[in-house]
Amino acid sequence: MTEQISGQAVGGEQFLTFTIGAEEYGIEILKVQEIKGYSAITPIPNAPHYVRGVINLRGTIVPVVDLRARFGMSEEAYTKFTVIIVVNLGRRVVGLVVDAVSDVLNVGEQDVEPPPPLGVGVDTGFMTGLAKMGERLVLLLNIEQVANLEESVLQTA
Amino acid sequence: MRIDVTRFRTAFFEEAVEHLATIERGLIELERSGGDAELMNEIFRSVHSIKGASGSFGLNDIAEFTHGFESVLDRLRQGQMRPDRALTTLLLRAADILSGLVRAAQGGGAPPAGVGEVRTELESLLSGSGGAKGPVPVREDGGHRKEGSRFRISFRPGRDLFRSGMDPLLLLRDLENLGTISDVELDRSELPALALLDAEACYLAWQLTLVTDQTESAVREVFTFVEDACRLEIVALPDQAGPVDLPAQVERRTPAAESSIRVATEKVDELINLVGELVIAQAMVSEIIDGFSLKRLGDLRAAIAAMARNTQELQARVLSVRMLPVAMVFNRFPRLVRDLAEHCGRVVRLEVLGEDTELDKGVIEKLGDPILHLVRNAIDHGIEAPEERLARGKPAEGRLRLAAYHEGGNVVIEVTDDGRGLDPQKIRAKALERGLVKPDETLTDDQLHALIMAPGFSTATAVTDVSGRGVGLDVVRQNVESLNGSVGIESRSGEGSTMRIRLPLTLAIVDGLALRVGGQTFIVPLLAIRESFRPRPADLKSVFGQGEIVLVRGEPLPLVRLHRQFGIGEAVTDPASGLVLVLSSEGTSVGILVDELLGQSQFVVKSLEQQYRRVDGVMGATILGDGRVALILDAPELARLALLREPERDALCVSGERA
Repeated sequence: MTEQISGQAVGGEQFLTFTIGAEEYGIEILKVQEIKGYSAITPIPNAPHYVRGVINLRGTIVPVVDLRARFGMSEEAYTKFTVIIVVNLGRRVVGLVVDAVSDVLNVGEQDVEPPPPLGVGVDTGFMTGLAKMGERLVLLLNIEQVANLEESVLQTA
Repeated sequence: MRIDVTRFRTAFFEEAVEHLATIERGLIELERSGGDAELMNEIFRSVHSIKGASGSFGLNDIAEFTHGFESVLDRLRQGQMRPDRALTTLLLRAADILSGLVRAAQGGGAPPAGVGEVRTELESLLSGSGGAKGPVPVREDGGHRKEGSRFRISFRPGRDLFRSGMDPLLLLRDLENLGTISDVELDRSELPALALLDAEACYLAWQLTLVTDQTESAVREVFTFVEDACRLEIVALPDQAGPVDLPAQVERRTPAAESSIRVATEKVDELINLVGELVIAQAMVSEIIDGFSLKRLGDLRAAIAAMARNTQELQARVLSVRMLPVAMVFNRFPRLVRDLAEHCGRVVRLEVLGEDTELDKGVIEKLGDPILHLVRNAIDHGIEAPEERLARGKPAEGRLRLAAYHEGGNVVIEVTDDGRGLDPQKIRAKALERGLVKPDETLTDDQLHALIMAPGFSTATAVTDVSGRGVGLDVVRQNVESLNGSVGIESRSGEGSTMRIRLPLTLAIVDGLALRVGGQTFIVPLLAIRESFRPRPADLKSVFGQGEIVLVRGEPLPLVRLHRQFGIGEAVTDPASGLVLVLSSEGTSVGILVDELLGQSQFVVKSLEQQYRRVDGVMGATILGDGRVALILDAPELARLALLREPERDALCVSGERA
């Protein structure tokens, strides 16, 4: 467990953290374009259930992914804390629905551990590592993988 | 100053390309029709413009070459030569060289091969017939030096010069603009005694030395209008000084391939007017809003209505700026067809129809290659060799037709030949061999024809011999489909083929009808809508307990329940209490069940694929007045989905919905 798996673990960076239920997740802050309040989403027919639809982001049509659904967690009603984190992956812009945004964390390399093997039930492909900050445990997300909506992925997802 | 020169140079190159196109088109037309004076003049003017402009930019290679070219055209224009095939071929070659020279000057590349050869041929043509007929002075063109050339000019105006409104002084002043004049001598020898002097006659003559960076032809240019009314001698003197350095002209820069549109001035003026009106309308609204009282509500409504009208008009005009005539693509074909036909040993007559049809600039630019493919195929594989045609009882001359026209919201471009057509059996055999068709599959001729567009069909060289078609046709299809268009084939064995490219008029804005299904709003392009009505229960039939059919005045159409197709809850499920919208496109019609119609408007098409991916039955998205996103339905696609059998459709939905 103390072995560093090169390329998988990240560190020495700033992460935006947010919560889904009791769990805390982190996204590299440089990939985050903006955070916006939850607004009406237009559903897309025949889309995977975790693609909630599309929103109008100042003229650009942006698909929105519900992370609860994406991670196969129980779905909750949206509240006033529900926000959409808009991530920019260079070529694509995708919105992520999360329960609430927490804060920005500085994560040093020494704080990060590779994702532990959690058995067949949990897909760790969405994670790049675990950041242990005192009592807090933050799951660092492989956002490219999470926000990948390519057709081939959709069909097998 | 230098920037200015660069800018003008850019303009020159842009214009030169247009002139070259005119020359080429003109020459082809000339050969075909024998040519009238107007056509001749048009070609001549274009060559002349290139010559004049290139001279003033110090592009002397071009200026010199055009000079000979122009002289031959001048002979033609004066009826001293006939535009026969050999001459046309030579002139076309000259046009190619000229185009190569222009490109070389623009991009800094090497001048094209054969410049000297063609020039010699042109010149020999001139001296050959010139000697016999004589009246036109053969300009022994200096292929001479330009930069810092010295010319001794002897200018002896005719007596009648003044009567034609010319002033020798102005000409001399023009000369002065070309360079430095020295050693001016006034020849007064002809001047009679005062008593005999006719005050309206010109008795004077001049001799002078001009040092200029211009070519001899540019110098002659000055005297263009008096050429017939004077005796003019221009002798190039041996170089005295080295070439004058002309940094701005020597500098070779490849301009960035910047996309630009040349817009007619009237179009721009219209736009300015419209924007002006919009500003006024906006000022009116502001004025009404300041100190608004309910009494002024009517005024406000009127002002906003005016503004809406204005905005709409402005939008249409702005879009029209992007529209270019198909002629931009078609123009290169007369030449191409001629060369291709010659190369393949065919005799082909090209007809071009509907060149004025306008299309979006982006579409036009990507259309050249697909059409070229189709034309090449038609000549190479479609149209037979003359002997073969005669043997089949067809005229030796093959017909190739390029046509463009509007059909609904589309522009259709057709390439039609009267050649041998496609042979369905051979295509079938080939498709079997390639594994595109199963041995027991029965296909109609049209389905077989469509196979030649299939990827993989074209890779084999043998296809050319087998089907006569197929070279790069899947590339054509891909190109056209990337423009949201489609390619269709119509062919009769032995009688010829028509390849039909169907393209959307513009990609940016759609006239549409908003409609509601459950809690969602959708847009349908207006052009796809045939009618809408509320069906009586008796109009609805089911097929095999699965498919649904709605009768529209006795015509059975498949019914698509949008709420089911798209998985929308809380929608009207009883067709008799909703509305059926009949969509028609590309020959197929389909009824779709919706809750209600919301109204008609224009919608800006936004891509869904860019951020997400393609969605079946949806061509894009748009943003509604309240900022929400609505999907724009793709009518042909919906019709296609409707034709899928129900289980397939369910499978499709399920795989998408709960993957």
